[in-house]
Amino acid sequence: MNAPVSLKASDYKSDLKPVWCPGCGDYHVLLAVTKALAELQRPAHDIAVISGIGCSSRIPAYLNAYGFHGVHGRALPLGTGLKVARPELTVLVAGGDGDGFSIGGNHFLHACRRNIDITYLVMDNQVYGMTKGQPSPTTAPDWDSALSPGGTGLRPFHPLVIALASGANFVARTFSGDIKGTTQTLVEAIRHPGFSFVEVLSPCVTFRPEQREWKSAVHAAPVTPTDDPARAARRIMTDDGFNTGILFRGTRDPYSLARSDTVADMTAFERPFEL
Amino acid sequence: MTAGGLLLDAAGKAGLYGLQTRSVGPQIRGGEAAALLRLADWPVETHSGAFDLLLALDWSNFSRFAAEIKLDARSVVIADPVSGTVPEIVTAATQNIVELPIKEIADNISGGRVNMVALGLLCGAIGLHEADLIELIAGKLVAKGASAIEAGTACLHEGFQHSTRLDAVTAIGPERRQTGERRWLLTGNEAAGLGALRGGVRFAAAYPITPATEILEWLAPALARAGGTLVQAEDELASVNMIIGASYGGVPALTATSGPGLALMTESIGLATAAEVPIVVIDVMRGGPSTGIPTKSEQSDLNIAVHGLHGDAPHLVVAPVSLADCLFTTQWAVHLAEAMQAPAIVLSDQFLGQARMIVDRPADIAFVAARRRTENPDDDYARYALTPDGISPMSVPGVAGGQYTADGLAHAVSGTPSSAAEDHLAQLAKRRRKIDEFVYGDHWADIEGDGDFVIVTWGSTAAPVREAAEQARAHGLHIKTVAVRLLAPLKVAALAHELDGARRVLVVEQNETGQFHRYLRSLCDLPADTRAVHHPGPLSVTPDEVLGEILKEHSL
Ligand SMILES: Cc1ncc(C[n+]2csc(CCOP(=O)(O)OP(=O)(O)O)c2C)c(N)n1
Ligand code: SF4
Repeated sequence: MNAPVSLKASDYKSDLKPVWCPGCGDYHVLLAVTKALAELQRPAHDIAVISGIGCSSRIPAYLNAYGFHGVHGRALPLGTGLKVARPELTVLVAGGDGDGFSIGGNHFLHACRRNIDITYLVMDNQVYGMTKGQPSPTTAPDWDSALSPGGTGLRPFHPLVIALASGANFVARTFSGDIKGTTQTLVEAIRHPGFSFVEVLSPCVTFRPEQREWKSAVHAAPVTPTDDPARAARRIMTDDGFNTGILFRGTRDPYSLARSDTVADMTAFERPFEL
Repeated sequence: MTAGGLLLDAAGKAGLYGLQTRSVGPQIRGGEAAALLRLADWPVETHSGAFDLLLALDWSNFSRFAAEIKLDARSVVIADPVSGTVPEIVTAATQNIVELPIKEIADNISGGRVNMVALGLLCGAIGLHEADLIELIAGKLVAKGASAIEAGTACLHEGFQHSTRLDAVTAIGPERRQTGERRWLLTGNEAAGLGALRGGVRFAAAYPITPATEILEWLAPALARAGGTLVQAEDELASVNMIIGASYGGVPALTATSGPGLALMTESIGLATAAEVPIVVIDVMRGGPSTGIPTKSEQSDLNIAVHGLHGDAPHLVVAPVSLADCLFTTQWAVHLAEAMQAPAIVLSDQFLGQARMIVDRPADIAFVAARRRTENPDDDYARYALTPDGISPMSVPGVAGGQYTADGLAHAVSGTPSSAAEDHLAQLAKRRRKIDEFVYGDHWADIEGDGDFVIVTWGSTAAPVREAAEQARAHGLHIKTVAVRLLAPLKVAALAHELDGARRVLVVEQNETGQFHRYLRSLCDLPADTRAVHHPGPLSVTPDEVLGEILKEHSL
């Protein structure tokens, strides 16, 4: 062991200037991630941040850690492969609501179900930011846009409940503007074994300027987290969507990453073929 | 089906060579099925011509198999009268119908089974020793107990007794092997799995698909024993990204699929090209397009494998030139992908993947995963540094100071996204350079014979081409065969050298449009007298057919 050197939040920040619009909620998420990593004191080289495509998915390059900015919707399998191959790493998967719940929706269900020890952080702005303002699966039915004049008329997807139903082991909602709360939730999510899902309400000030009002709408969850998914689901389904905090903390065993380290002699694999 | 498998086992134990394929009806389980075997005292690698012997336990839906089971006047057909009348399609081909009460014989033995009687008949007809067969069967039936062994032995014995009625069949065995000569009995899918493991693959992601699943099922326990892992993915979009993730973490990784899965993976294979992450994707080709014919072979994924990625995306495409070569080619693919930090697609096919074959033990080869890594990156480490050979030292998570973000966005040498023309050009050129200038050695093709008549082929059609060329040589013709293993990047100069002075060239493959011929024409100046010989699956390209083409050309 090296002598302990205290790592600061700024040690996890890269020098790259984000492409985000001024006021975008994702800046706060970036800050909270660096603070959470500092609190965990994991060396930057033992952390990998994996993402797909979207404004929010740009986050890996803004961090001083290993990163992978993959293709749209496939961040979870990318992170899953990395974690299974290298279980000793801390793997964080990050992205947007379009990336995670639309094009990547199937992977979301199966990542929850597989319960691998990774943390999935979705910056939910209820819109496709990068492609300039189309409805996402979490957009309200009456939100008017060029691609859906008058609104989609579709019921929004409920990520937290779906995560619970699919087997996620930790479910939380935070608001990007609450940097302290988001930091603390991320720390707990990373520490919690198994698949942790954190939905961060992160305003898109450009295409959803009304989301600036979220800061007065959010309120902390009044109760302590439950380990009963049914109770957690009822609570989430009946809240107003702005209830923040850790909503579920499961006790399910994570996907086993144990493996034999006896590298068998290669000739053992040929023997069954011998005549 | 077990009788067919046991016959091949018995032939192998007796020192013969042979292969077995299966043809099945549309039922998921059960239903009619045919085991097709070719046995010889020399290494056979493909079916050829008419079958010498057909034993039918059941004629229902025989017409489904008729096109694959060619018979001629010399063919001997064994039929049990209780199975109904011999189909006209059979009696039209041959008069040698031997009626034997197989079912009755089996029924007279307590616990007797028709396929064991049939196996005794066949082994007797081709001249294997009864005692050897009984020993083999006893070994296979140990778990089922003494009464099963007794019944099996009795059935085999009865079968052998009745085989005297089959003296029209040419006996070929038993042949004793030279001592020290080692042979294997395996499928190409198993060979590919072993090649992957030997090459250093320690992570696989799997989504089941016919006819590739056996590679994954072979790898699952093997990887576990070798300290690796296999994860079942939710789909191919996931499986390809899982292997990219694992490989980004420094662990050589592979997946296996067929055409529909490869189609789903293409976007992410492009990511592996751009982010320079080595991966191996085996495509065990089947009839296409769409769901096509899952259980039958076709070489129709060449286009998508070579050209299917968007953007200018140099990558590797290799194809085994024989069933045993699935081992070498897969192992080599792992080596190439890792050395060049690029995706490699291995084009196997249903025939190579699922046929069982007796082969000489493949030679051990030294190719393993050897990635150019950096363990001590300095302050200005740049993941995508422009090096003379285009290969940049790769840092992997856990290496202090090597942090970078791998990116599918166009990037600068550091990995930082960049849409600047100079960065795009430099990275495109670098990725092209590392693939084009790599030294592949002689493995780009397997070349046999010499002469001004050249047959160029690839994949599973190489076996019928080799056999046809051998026969043509017996006719006194001078023929060279070039089975191309490295499909992309195509070694244009080396191929031109092989074609130099060729008077006639045939390009042989199994697909409708002549994809390989078109590909060669797009890159090479083929001699004017080049002719494309191809047809789609499910019917295979046979040695007879190729020989016919050779003789036709030759007489021109
Ligand atoms: C296969 C594919 N389809 C479409 C796109 C275009 N695209 C880029 S980002 C994006 C949506 C991003 O929305 P979200 O994930 O919510 O992230 P945000 O930009 O809002 O942070 C889309 C559709 C793409 N890059 N790849
Ligand atoms: S478009 Fe919206 S989500 Fe994207 S950077 Fe701007 S504010 Fe943020």
